[in-house]
Amino acid sequence: MNTSTHSIGDVTSCDHSQSWVYTDVVKDHFFHPRNFVQDEEEVNTFEGHGQYGSPACGDEMHVWIKVDPDSKRITDFKWRTFGCASAIAATSIASEIVLENGGMTIEEAKHLKPQTIIERLGGLPNRKIHCSVLCDKALLKAIEDYENR
Amino acid sequence: MKIQEKVKKLYFRTQKTNKLFVYLDHAATTSVDLRVQEVMLSFLDQTYGNPSSLYQKGMEAKHALDQAREQIAKILHAKEQEIIFTSGGTESDNLAILGFARANKEKGKHLITTKLEHHAVLEAMMQLEKNEGFEVTFLEPNKQGLITAKQVKEAVRSDTILVSVMYANNEVGTIFPIAEIGNLLQKYRQEHQQSFPVFHTDACQATGYLDLDCEKLHVDLLTINGSKMYGPKGVGVLFVKQGIKLQPLMFGGGQERSLRPGTENVSGIVGLAKALEIAQKERQTESTRQLVLRDFLIERILSTIPKTRLNGHTTERLPNNVNISFEGIEGEALLLYLDHEGIAVSTGSACTSQSLEPSHVLTALGLPHEQAHSSIRFTLGRSTTQKDLEFVLSVLPQVVKKLRSLSPLA
Repeated sequence: MNTSTHSIGDVTSCDHSQSWVYTDVVKDHFFHPRNFVQDEEEVNTFEGHGQYGSPACGDEMHVWIKVDPDSKRITDFKWRTFGCASAIAATSIASEIVLENGGMTIEEAKHLKPQTIIERLGGLPNRKIHCSVLCDKALLKAIEDYENR
Repeated sequence: MKIQEKVKKLYFRTQKTNKLFVYLDHAATTSVDLRVQEVMLSFLDQTYGNPSSLYQKGMEAKHALDQAREQIAKILHAKEQEIIFTSGGTESDNLAILGFARANKEKGKHLITTKLEHHAVLEAMMQLEKNEGFEVTFLEPNKQGLITAKQVKEAVRSDTILVSVMYANNEVGTIFPIAEIGNLLQKYRQEHQQSFPVFHTDACQATGYLDLDCEKLHVDLLTINGSKMYGPKGVGVLFVKQGIKLQPLMFGGGQERSLRPGTENVSGIVGLAKALEIAQKERQTESTRQLVLRDFLIERILSTIPKTRLNGHTTERLPNNVNISFEGIEGEALLLYLDHEGIAVSTGSACTSQSLEPSHVLTALGLPHEQAHSSIRFTLGRSTTQKDLEFVLSVLPQVVKKLRSLSPLA
C-alpha cells in the first residue's frame, strides 16, 4: 500500500471556497470497503457492539467485535457507517488495523488513536478529521459492551 | 505540444477516460455555448482595445460594449444606462444590497429577504446587520420552499428600504412570485408616496427558463450571471432602475457610471449578451423539453428506489431541478460514487460545506438534518438527453444499494 500518494479525487465545497483531495488509500477503502456487515445474523453472535455519532450530525458508526476469551485478542471486527467518504474509509481501515497480525488485544485496541487511523489513510483534509474519525470511539464502546456482558 | 494539450496538462489533474460522462450540475455552472465562444474570440486577439481609449481600436471595443448593453437592455425591457456590468452574480448581489443600503441608510434601516437566498445575498445582509446597524427580516418558507407575496407584505415596515427575494432557488428550484411581490411593493410606494422599499431579485438560476422583463416583474434591481446560462464565468449584470441610488463597492476610473470602475471585460460582456439572447430565445422550448425529462427522472427515482423523497415543490419548480433525499446515505458518499461512474451531481450535505452544517435551504424547508445530509441535486441542461437520464437510472439503484449496505440507518 502506497500511503505517500496524495492525489486525484478532487471535491469542491458547495461554496467553492476550498477544494480538498482524498488520498488514494482513502479512495481505495471508500470504493472497496473491508469488513463491513454483510450478514446480519453473523454479528448477532459477536460479543461486543458499540455505536457512536448520530445521523443529525452527519455521521453514525456501529462496530461489532468478536474476542478470543483466552488471548483477549479481537478476532473479528465488523462495522456499518453512515457518513461521507472519509468516515467510511476511516472505519474500513480501522477494521484492518485492529485485525492485522492476529488481532489487537482489547487493551491495545483501547489505545487506538484517531491519529494512527489518519496516518494509515495517508492523511485527511483538516476539516474532515474531527467529524469522520469516530470509529475509535465506537470501538471503545464495543469493548465496554464486551466487558460488561 | 499543441497549446490546448499544454493547458490540459497544466490544469487538469484527473485522467481522461473514455467512459460516458453525464453532467447534471447545470445549476452550479454551464459550459460556454459554441455560438457564444465564437463571438467572444475576436475580442481576445482582434478587438482587444480598451473601451476608454479614443483611437480606433478603443472605439471598436467601446462600440461592442454599447451593442452588448443595448442587446441586454432590450431583453430586460430596460434602458441602456440601467445595465451595469460586474464580475458575476456575487458582485451584482453585493452591489445591489450593500450599495443600496449604504446609500439610503438615512431613509430607514430595515431590510427584508428570505432564508433561501444564495450566500451572496445572505452574507451581504448579515454584514449589514452585524456591522452597520441594519435590521434584517429573514422570511421563512413553507415546507415546499414557497414564499408568498403576502409574507412580504406583512413584513414591510415604515423603515423598510429594501426587499431582496430570489427569482428561483438554486438548490430546490422553487420559483418565487416576483411579479406579484414587485407589484405589491410598487403599490405600497404609491400609497405611501415614497420611493422605498425598493425590490431586488437574484435571477441567476432563472435566465434560461423564466421571463426577465424588468417592467413586468416590477423590480428595481436584478442580478444576472453569465456562467449559469452557457456564457463565460467572471461576468455578470446588475440592472439598476433609473433613479435608484447605489454606493459603489469599488473606486477607480469611472467606468459603468462609477458604480463599477475598472477596464471592462469586453469579451466576457459580449459573450454574456450573446448567451442571454440565446437563453431567452430558447427558454420556452428548453423549458418544455427539460420539464418532461425532469419529471421522468423524479418519477423513476421515486418509484424504483425505496426510501427516497423529493425536496421542494412539485410544480412551482424550475424545469431543470431535481432534489432528492436518499434515506440512510450521506450525500457526499453518493456524490463520489456517482462521480466514479461518470455522473456529476451536487449535494446539500454538510460534508461538502465549509461550515459542516447541512444546506441552509433544506433546513429552512424544515428537513431534519439527516435528510438534508442525504440530499442529491441533479440539475439538467441543454445537453441533457433521455439517454443520459437512463444511464443515471441504470447506475443509481446499485450505488444506493451498495452504500445502504454499509449504513446502519438503512
